Amino acid sequence: MASSTTVGGAGVSLLGAPPAPPATPSRRRPLHGKGKAIGLSLVMTYLSIIVLIPLAAVVWHSQSNGFSGFVHAVTTPEAASTLKLTIYSSILVAAINMVMGTAIAWVLVRDKLPGRTFLDTLIDLPFALPTIVAGLALLTVYGPNSPLGVNLAYQRAGVVVALLFVTLPFVVRTVQPVLMELDTEMEQAAASLGAGPGTIFVRIILPNMFPAMAAGTALAFARSMSEFGSTVLISGNIPFQTQVASVHVYNQLESDNVAGAAAVSTVLLIVSLVVLVALDMLQRWAARRG
Amino acid sequence: MEKGKLMGFKPTRRAAALVAAGLVSTLALAACASTDEPAAGSTGSGGGKEVTLSLVAYSTPQAAYEKIIAAFQKTDAGKNVKFTQSYGASGDQSRAVAAGLPADFVEFSLETDMTRLVDAGLVDASWNTDEHKGMVTDSVVSLVTRKGNPKNIKSFEDLVKPGVDVITPNPFSSGAARWNIMGAYGSQTQTGKSEADATAFLANVLGNVSVQDDSGRAALQTFTGGKGDVLISYENEAIFAQQNGQDVDYVVPDNTLLIENPAAVTSSSKHPKQAKAFLDFVRSDEAQKIFAENGYRPVSESADTAGQDFPTPPGLFTIQDLGGWAEVATKFFDPDKGIVTDIERKLGVSVEK
Repeated sequence: MASSTTVGGAGVSLLGAPPAPPATPSRRRPLHGKGKAIGLSLVMTYLSIIVLIPLAAVVWHSQSNGFSGFVHAVTTPEAASTLKLTIYSSILVAAINMVMGTAIAWVLVRDKLPGRTFLDTLIDLPFALPTIVAGLALLTVYGPNSPLGVNLAYQRAGVVVALLFVTLPFVVRTVQPVLMELDTEMEQAAASLGAGPGTIFVRIILPNMFPAMAAGTALAFARSMSEFGSTVLISGNIPFQTQVASVHVYNQLESDNVAGAAAVSTVLLIVSLVVLVALDMLQRWAARRG
Repeated sequence: MEKGKLMGFKPTRRAAALVAAGLVSTLALAACASTDEPAAGSTGSGGGKEVTLSLVAYSTPQAAYEKIIAAFQKTDAGKNVKFTQSYGASGDQSRAVAAGLPADFVEFSLETDMTRLVDAGLVDASWNTDEHKGMVTDSVVSLVTRKGNPKNIKSFEDLVKPGVDVITPNPFSSGAARWNIMGAYGSQTQTGKSEADATAFLANVLGNVSVQDDSGRAALQTFTGGKGDVLISYENEAIFAQQNGQDVDYVVPDNTLLIENPAAVTSSSKHPKQAKAFLDFVRSDEAQKIFAENGYRPVSESADTAGQDFPTPPGLFTIQDLGGWAEVATKFFDPDKGIVTDIERKLGVSVEK
C-alpha cells in the first residue's frame, strides 16, 4: 500500500505540473473545516439522542437515593449474587466465543466445504430470532422433555448455552472479513522461508486476526451482560442460583424499585465499558506490535 | 508521536462542544413535542357518533374480553363503541398508564396496580365503592397437579413434604405469585398458627420451589412442559390449561385465598359515558357468564356459572383478612426488607455455591 502511493506521487512530480499541488489542498480545505464540523455535529446529535441521553438517564436514576443508596442497591445479597453470575458467565461465554467464533470464521473462509453458503447464512439467524423464542427453543431441546436426553434447564449451564446461542455471530462476523482480506502470499512467503504451520499461525495469521477477535469478543461480552429474553425462560430465575442481573433488574422494576434497577444496570454498564476499553487497548497494543 | 497526540486533542474538545450543542437541540425538540401534545389531543374529542375506547388490561382475561366486547357492541349502549385493546403483565400495564398510555377502561390482577393510578390522579378514589368493591372477577389460589394427582396433593401443607417439586412464579416480578404466596401464608395464620410459624412454613414452601418464572403464564408453561409436581396458580389458569387439552388436574385447598381483580374507568377518559357503560356491562350477568366460561368466578351472585363447578372452600379468606394489599405489599414484598425477600436471602445463602 505505502509503496504504491510513493510511486504515484513520484509520477506526478515527474510530469512537473506546478499548479496541481496547491489546487488540491485549496479545494479540500473547506471540506475539512465546515464539512467536518457538520458531519461531527450530525453524528454527535444523533448519538446524544439515541445513546448518550438514555444512558445518562439510567446513571442519573441510579443516584436518586444518593451514592450510599446506590452502593446499598448493588450490594444486597440478591444483586451481588446476580451480578457475580452474570459477569462470570459472560467471561466464560466471551472466551468460548473467541475460540469457536474464530474457528467457524476460519472454516467459512478457508475450507471449501460443500454447503458453506448455507452455513454462512445460518450464523446470522441468532440475530434474527426474538431472544425469547430462542429461549423457548433451547428449553424444548435442552429442557426436561429433551428429545436428546440433555436437560440443562434451570441450571447455570442453561444460562451459558442461551448466551452462547445469542452471541455466536459477533466473533464470526468480525473475524470473517479480516480473514478474507488476509493475503495468503504472506503465509506462502513464510512457508518458503521454512516456517511450519504452527509458526505461520502464531506469527502471521493470529496477529492479523487478533484485533477483530478482540472486537468481536468485547461485543459478545457486552451482549451477554445485558441478555434477558433468552435466559429468562431457561434459567428458571432461581434467586442465588440461576437468576441473571437483567432478570433481577426486571424484578426490581416490577417491585417499583426503579433506583435499585438503575443501580444494577449502571454496574452492568460500567463493567461492559471497562471490558470494551480494555479490549480496545489490547487490540491497539497488539496492532502496534504487529 | 507527540504531534499526533496534540492533533488528536483538538477534535476531542470540539466534540465536547458539539455534544453540548446536541443536548441543547434535543431538549429544544423535546420541549416542542410536549407543547404540541395538548393541541393534538383536543382535536380528537370532537368526533361524530362513533367513539373508540382504549382497554388496557393484564394478560389472562384477553379471551374473555374479546367475547365481552363483541357482546357489548350488540347492545344499545355499545352500538357505536369501538375498542383498542392492550394486554400485558399487570404491573407493566399499570405503569404504562401511569406514564401516559391513553386508557379509558383498565383491569389489573392486583389492587396495588389500581392504587398506583389513584395516586397518579388517573382513577377516581371512589373506584371501589360499588357493591363488588371495584372487583369484576374472582378466583381462588389452587394447586395444579399432574393427571390423577400422583403425589396426593390436597392442601398447602402437602407442598412442604420432602421431594415435592413446587413451581410458582417469582413474587418480585409476578402479581400471580404474590397471590400464591399469600395463599400459603394465610392457610397457616387463618387456622390459628402464629405469624412466626406461618413465616417458617412459607420458607419451607419456597425451599421446595425449583423454578421461579417471571409470570404466572410462564410458570404454567414450565409446568405443562414437564417440570414440577405441583404448580400454585389461579383456578382460572388451571381451567384454561384443561380447556387447552393439557393433562393436568387441580385441587382447591380447604383453606385458600380469594383472588379479586379490580377494574375501573379512568378519570382521564375522553368518553366517560361510554366507558362507564362498558364497565356496567362487564359487571352484568351476561358478561359475568362469559368470564365464567373462561374460568373466572363471577362477582355477581346471580350470574350463570356456565356449567363450571366453582366450589366454595370452607376456609376461604381474603387479602383483607391478611391486612389488605397496601400493608401486605410492604410487609412481605418490599425488595429490601420484606418477609419474602428475607426468606429468599436465607434460602439463597444455603444453596449458593
